[in-house]
Amino acid sequence: MNNNKVIHVEGLTKMFGDFAAVDAITFDVKKGEIFGFLGANGAGKTTAMKMLIGISSPTSGKASVAGFDVITQAEDIKKNIGYMSQKFALYDDLTVKENITFFGGIYGLSRKHIKEKSAVLIEELGLENVANKLVGSLPLGWKQKLSFSVSLLHDPKIVFLDEPTGGVDPITRRQFWEMIYKAANQGTTVFVTTHYMDEAEYCDRVSIMVNGKIEALDTPKRLKEQFKAADMNDVFLKLARG
Amino acid sequence: MSITISNISKSYKKVKALQDISFEVKPGELFGLIGPDGAGKTTLFRILTTLLIADEGIASVAGFDVITDYKSIRKSVGYMPGKFSLYQDLTVEENLIFFATIFGTTIEENYDLIKEIYIQIEPFKNRRAGKLSGGMKQKLALCCALIHKPKVLFLDEPTTGVDPVSRKEFWEMLKRLQQKNITILVSTPYMDEAALCDRIALIQDGEILEIDTPEAIVKHYPKPIYNVSANNMYQLINYLNDFEPNHSVYPFGEFVHYTDSRSDFNPTELKVYLESKNLSNIKIERTVPTIEDTFMELAK
Repeated sequence: MNNNKVIHVEGLTKMFGDFAAVDAITFDVKKGEIFGFLGANGAGKTTAMKMLIGISSPTSGKASVAGFDVITQAEDIKKNIGYMSQKFALYDDLTVKENITFFGGIYGLSRKHIKEKSAVLIEELGLENVANKLVGSLPLGWKQKLSFSVSLLHDPKIVFLDEPTGGVDPITRRQFWEMIYKAANQGTTVFVTTHYMDEAEYCDRVSIMVNGKIEALDTPKRLKEQFKAADMNDVFLKLARG
Repeated sequence: MSITISNISKSYKKVKALQDISFEVKPGELFGLIGPDGAGKTTLFRILTTLLIADEGIASVAGFDVITDYKSIRKSVGYMPGKFSLYQDLTVEENLIFFATIFGTTIEENYDLIKEIYIQIEPFKNRRAGKLSGGMKQKLALCCALIHKPKVLFLDEPTTGVDPVSRKEFWEMLKRLQQKNITILVSTPYMDEAALCDRIALIQDGEILEIDTPEAIVKHYPKPIYNVSANNMYQLINYLNDFEPNHSVYPFGEFVHYTDSRSDFNPTELKVYLESKNLSNIKIERTVPTIEDTFMELAK
């Protein structure tokens, strides 16, 4: 397998009874790429993502993530990826510092390493003044930025972001994307879903799922040419309405 | 006026959720409350639907005071909360019958109002509400909020987490409801939906930043705004942020929206600067501001 491919998916399928939630999808994601995974509600994005992060096993087909097989090496995948869900998943009643320490511990980092990491992370996020405050008291935008940083604590090869910016104010949403760019620039692969079509433009490549299948996959520029669309919103409307 | 809000304030312990909010919504208007999570949108909805009492100020809905005449308001308004609040273990049809009955009406009586929406979920009328997809839940919730033919409809973030296709369909539906003489107050975190409203209020941290028609709000944008693009987006953003005379630098899809702090800004100077940083394919063009540009400028 080409080492440059951090995600390799071939004919991946998930059936629920007679219903193909994910219908034989095939694609690759390269190292350091920002890969946008789009689709309408119910198109199968979440089901596909669950298989890629090793928490749901495929009905057929195969996939490897960070060099590990999703069926036989699911536990290795979990150690080597970061994941941030649309639902805030840090502990509201732990402080910023305590959350970082807790998740660092879960990922098996040493105390010394956690201490160093948390100092850097708190400074980068500008959270010095609230480091000892309960996470529950922070504004949503700060929480989301903190969640993203926590998902990168163990230097994963890939980070999966499931609608990370839903409901976030427009300025913080852009700061969030600057963090994504930075991570990708340092070699982390970013796999991201979003309903903001301007954010789709920020991705290196974008796939669009319709009824369980990947109906389009290319750079935003080429997708716009292919569908003769002014922007990604237009591409999405043309594809997903069908 | 369908809705009148005068100097409303509300705090939760130390948090000022709403600070001295005042505005009016005219009969038949589609009015948008545009702002991110935590702006105070839901608090305002709950005060107007008589579920919460303001600390200060007065408000009326459909001519009734929210404090003294709250029972009349409850009969005259429809409310679709942000969180799905129907009975998960009743079927689609049972939920609708339930809401019609408690408002003293029947599905048949106001069927014309919900027909267009209801026929889309009718094939699933025997399915339990908890088993519906997100889009179908949303349509059922809207039917239940409309079944007693309200004068004023409150929709709290009906499109949050909804994909662009369903969002577009939902707004087309709202436009048609508006034709039936229903006043609609709708909140959304999606700035692109603002353009579909008659008037909007931009709200952040409990304060209103501006109220006007979407066209007028965009016109008030104080500076010339430029689309900038180059071969590397990440480096482009960083270099623009480092460019001393910048006023604002915000990624917008395939471009970065740039404004300069000086009145005599010359784009050529910026191009030369970016070229000196080894960026290529540099393009700098004047563009028109959007609601989102205005929001960020006001929130800065």
